Amino acid sequence: MPFSTRASVITKKEQTMATTTDIEMLAQQGILARKPRSLWGDAWRRLRYSITARIGMVIAAIIVLTAILAPIVDPYNPKLDSNLDISRQPPSAQHIFGTDRLGRDIFRRIVHGASLSLSVGVVAVATAGIAGTILGLVSGYFGGATDMVIMRIMDIMMAFPSMLLAIAIVAVRGTGLFNTIIAISVVGIPNYARLVRSMVLSIREREYILASHMVGVRTPVIILRHVLPNSLSPIIVSATMGIGGAILTAAALGFLGLGAQPPAPEWGAMIGDGVPFLRQTPHMVFIPGMAIMLTVLGFNLLGDGLRDALDPQMRE
Amino acid sequence: MTNYIIRRILGLIPVLFGVSFLVFFLIRLIPGDPVVVMLGDRASAEDVARVREELGFNKPLHLQYFSFMGQLLQGNLGKSIIHHTQVVDELKYRLPATIEMVTWALMLGVLVGVSVGVVSAVKRNSVFDIVGMIGALLGVSMPIFWLALVLIYALAVNNKILPPSGRINVEMFVDRKTGFLFLDTLLMGDIQATLNVIWHLILPVAVLSTVIMPPLARITRACMLDVLNQDYVRTARAKGLAERVVVIKHALKNALLPVITIIGGQLGGLLGGAILTETIFSWPGMGTWAYQAILGRDYPIVQASVLVSATIFVFVNLAVDILYAVLDPRIRYN
Repeated sequence: MPFSTRASVITKKEQTMATTTDIEMLAQQGILARKPRSLWGDAWRRLRYSITARIGMVIAAIIVLTAILAPIVDPYNPKLDSNLDISRQPPSAQHIFGTDRLGRDIFRRIVHGASLSLSVGVVAVATAGIAGTILGLVSGYFGGATDMVIMRIMDIMMAFPSMLLAIAIVAVRGTGLFNTIIAISVVGIPNYARLVRSMVLSIREREYILASHMVGVRTPVIILRHVLPNSLSPIIVSATMGIGGAILTAAALGFLGLGAQPPAPEWGAMIGDGVPFLRQTPHMVFIPGMAIMLTVLGFNLLGDGLRDALDPQMRE
Repeated sequence: MTNYIIRRILGLIPVLFGVSFLVFFLIRLIPGDPVVVMLGDRASAEDVARVREELGFNKPLHLQYFSFMGQLLQGNLGKSIIHHTQVVDELKYRLPATIEMVTWALMLGVLVGVSVGVVSAVKRNSVFDIVGMIGALLGVSMPIFWLALVLIYALAVNNKILPPSGRINVEMFVDRKTGFLFLDTLLMGDIQATLNVIWHLILPVAVLSTVIMPPLARITRACMLDVLNQDYVRTARAKGLAERVVVIKHALKNALLPVITIIGGQLGGLLGGAILTETIFSWPGMGTWAYQAILGRDYPIVQASVLVSATIFVFVNLAVDILYAVLDPRIRYN
């Protein structure tokens, strides 16, 4: 055991001393055990080997494909899709998920609702992630008064229960899918800002940042080329997990009647639509909920897998 | 240590001022005139103007804010625009309802979440671990309002095992001394009423606790696995301590530190979950109160309810930080 550790230390030293071409040469000659891999290549390889991450990727891929293909394969206008003769029918061979209050096929609405949930999740997290990352980078790198002001504002936003803040923002801007995205983005910003700031604080003190300063690299370049890439992996993990959370919040707003408005096939709103009939036709409530759960589960599994794959401590 | 606590409390003052400022202006950005909401569409222009002057809405916004803060510092939260009741009175009724539900949910969530996490870590890769972690994953991914509806369907609508709404049966008398019905009925010595209160608490508390239970189980498990691999745990085992002692005294104590910070962070989720849980179970608490007030543009109620929740939230987080510093001597107070 002690021998093998020493051996690996030596190879690591050799690796850092040797230039890239040297390493490639050694690899070709079979002296180095394996070709050096980049962080991302390494992460991707481990991601493929993890069962949970694979399940997550499959679920996420199905949802993404459904969202993209549904409007192409089956053009859908929710305004014209009602048939009161077959309202609130339980699942059958013809309508595998049953029909809703207006006789609309629930399976069809779930399929077409995928793009709504997915776009809220992805767009809201991307917006919050980008805005939070910028604030965190600025705050952490410059410190001082800038840091103070930004972080106090983040503290204030975090002092609100986020659901309440989201409701208030929707109340100010009006209901609808777009405003749901805005509300969820705003509410999510402080989390990313704090995360990125803490990453920057530790990276800022590294020698390579000092070295860049000494050779005269400008500050914005240092932030974008050196600080940002090194704090990227926790942001990616947190964002992937955040997609699930954003979809849940959007569904909750839809359920409360504040999200996408009828007749849009939004999953949360579909649950809300079924509540008055919970006793007689519970499938109207149960099925959209399962769709939400499956989607969120997919992104959470993917996030779990990414966290393990990108964690440098987990690497062999 | 005392210095650290004092500095942290002072640091909260600007945050709470910021919250009051944000609430005050955010709610006034909501389109629609509360006076028109109050008097109805057919009110005459003079009436609207008169009421607006009575409520002070004709003054510039910054003056309104100053007078609101002045009143607030004297403990006056104002009157509801829609119900004309004193906001403080309603608050005394609403706040205990929410605290009662959230506290039970917190206790249940921590108890079950941490226990599942510990057992899963100790019996790693056992059936319990796998089932527990799949359950936790499903729990994190589940919309809680949906879970509430499924449970209502299964236990309240069809089988009538548990009540689907309310805090206590309407015909039962409660002398509201504290507002916490569980305590009030205990104080009255009315066992029947206490049981009835518990009966009403089960469903909402179970639903709300699922907000924190799965993340806690997952984090506790991860922390425990980390700690169980440490040398001092091996030492403890090597010197022949019982496994139970090793797990509880050596491992759990150290694994709980990061778990405690998570509990503080999850509290915001609990308060948000309370809005949904209260709405579904017709629970007369802060969440539904704030929600309805936002939709009805009842400025004083929104301000009061949000400020009170934010204050509680900030102080609980402070308490968690202090607890963390007390429990972990390695934390430096700077």
